[in-house]
Amino acid sequence: MTQPFYVSPEQIMKDRADFARKGISRGRSVVVVQYADGIVFVAENPSQALHKVGEIYDRIGFAAVGRYNEFENLRIAGVRLADLRGYSYDRRDVTGRALANAYAQTLGTIFSAAGEKPYEVELFVGEVADDPQHDEIYRLTYDGSAADVDGFGVMGGTIEQVEAYLSEHYTAGLDLDSAIRLAVTALGRDTEPARQIASDALEIGILSRARTQPRKFKRLTDTEVSAALAG
Amino acid sequence: MLPEGTRLSGISSFADYLASTSPEQLPGTAQRLAGATSDIAPHGTTIVSATFDGGVVMAGDRRATMGNIIANRDMQKVYPSDEFSVVGIAGSAGLAIELVRLFQVELEHYEKIEGTELSVDGKANRLAALIRGNLGLAMQGLAVVPMFAGYDLVQQRGRIFSYDVTGGRYEEQDFHSVGSGSVFARGALKKLYSAGMTEGDCVTAAVQALYDAADDDSATGGPDLTRRIFPVVYSVTADGHRRLDDAEVGAIADAVIGGRLQRPDGPQAPLG
Repeated sequence: MTQPFYVSPEQIMKDRADFARKGISRGRSVVVVQYADGIVFVAENPSQALHKVGEIYDRIGFAAVGRYNEFENLRIAGVRLADLRGYSYDRRDVTGRALANAYAQTLGTIFSAAGEKPYEVELFVGEVADDPQHDEIYRLTYDGSAADVDGFGVMGGTIEQVEAYLSEHYTAGLDLDSAIRLAVTALGRDTEPARQIASDALEIGILSRARTQPRKFKRLTDTEVSAALAG
Repeated sequence: MLPEGTRLSGISSFADYLASTSPEQLPGTAQRLAGATSDIAPHGTTIVSATFDGGVVMAGDRRATMGNIIANRDMQKVYPSDEFSVVGIAGSAGLAIELVRLFQVELEHYEKIEGTELSVDGKANRLAALIRGNLGLAMQGLAVVPMFAGYDLVQQRGRIFSYDVTGGRYEEQDFHSVGSGSVFARGALKKLYSAGMTEGDCVTAAVQALYDAADDDSATGGPDLTRRIFPVVYSVTADGHRRLDDAEVGAIADAVIGGRLQRPDGPQAPLG
């Protein structure tokens, strides 16, 4: 009878993390930027139908990178969780923190479960408040760790150059058009020389406290995106 | 941790999801009971709706009754169900409000998961299915009979749907009314309605019809002048829904009452 090979737990976790990281870095980056009236998610996504940015609830938005079927599954689960909570209690009782927690727990459990492959995804969960100080953005990674994002964040693809450009040029209190231009320019810095991303290859969603409706999420149309880029 | 079942894909209906995870939260699943129900739970009464050139108006009185008692005098019975539709409720108030809440989440849930809005007919059919779920309690006297109106972005016109307690769905032409005072309100609308009305005229016709309903039905509340409580009026057009504010409805109600001081039975229709 053959003996199974011994593999140390450290090695198992490292292999799983490498596997997930490789999958995530394969696609294009997604950027989130806080602006004066809220939060903007900018993704390079040539598809009109398969979204990377989505609405979860009144004040909560979602952006993801990685495998489509996995993050779409998480997005739908998030919508169900939020709608069920809002229906059972009240719309105000649905918070981004609770959702980020649920995502962290789920991703963490899947990452360490022996029978499952880790999810190759990273998520941003954003919640817009009545004033910029209380806006919240969380970044959730494949292993279930969660971090606060302050001002701007990048995930997926080639992060370093995009992040370097943002940290050099980001200032608090940008208006929406400037925030979009900043994010799009930053996304184009992933290659050398920098490239210009066409407006129809962009997917942009905003959470704007300036909206009078209770649902603060809005997906920008191609016309609105072009107008913002033209400034 | 995301609850069990949330990660299964395939369902875009919130009501079906609720039925599979926490069925006790569905309206209409309460214990069956015996005895007269009209005395223990408030009832809502008259809702009117009429189409105009470019949209549809829905208005409801504010009174809820419990037997001979007025349970509530400023109740809201017309609610937006999503951006382009409204729903008005008559019947057992507690169940009806819960049903509207579920219907609102149902439409929003579909929109978020599928990334597109349901058609007007699709929305009307979903509401029918929700009403059918309440049939058991309806047979005990706790019926919910809503009316649904929406702007059809494809056909570019306002549309009205009425229902029965078994979930039957009927599309109405031009105007309709439900609730205890609906007989009188519909009679009034017949004489006041004309095709191609403006939004303003349509609102006035609806307020006149509610006045006639309150005139002859004790369960329908008329305009409350001392407390300045007026009907809840929603208008739905290609720009979405809009609740007319109290000042706007108040001015129309004042004009209607002014006319009634001259002629208590309201405007007279020509004989021939």
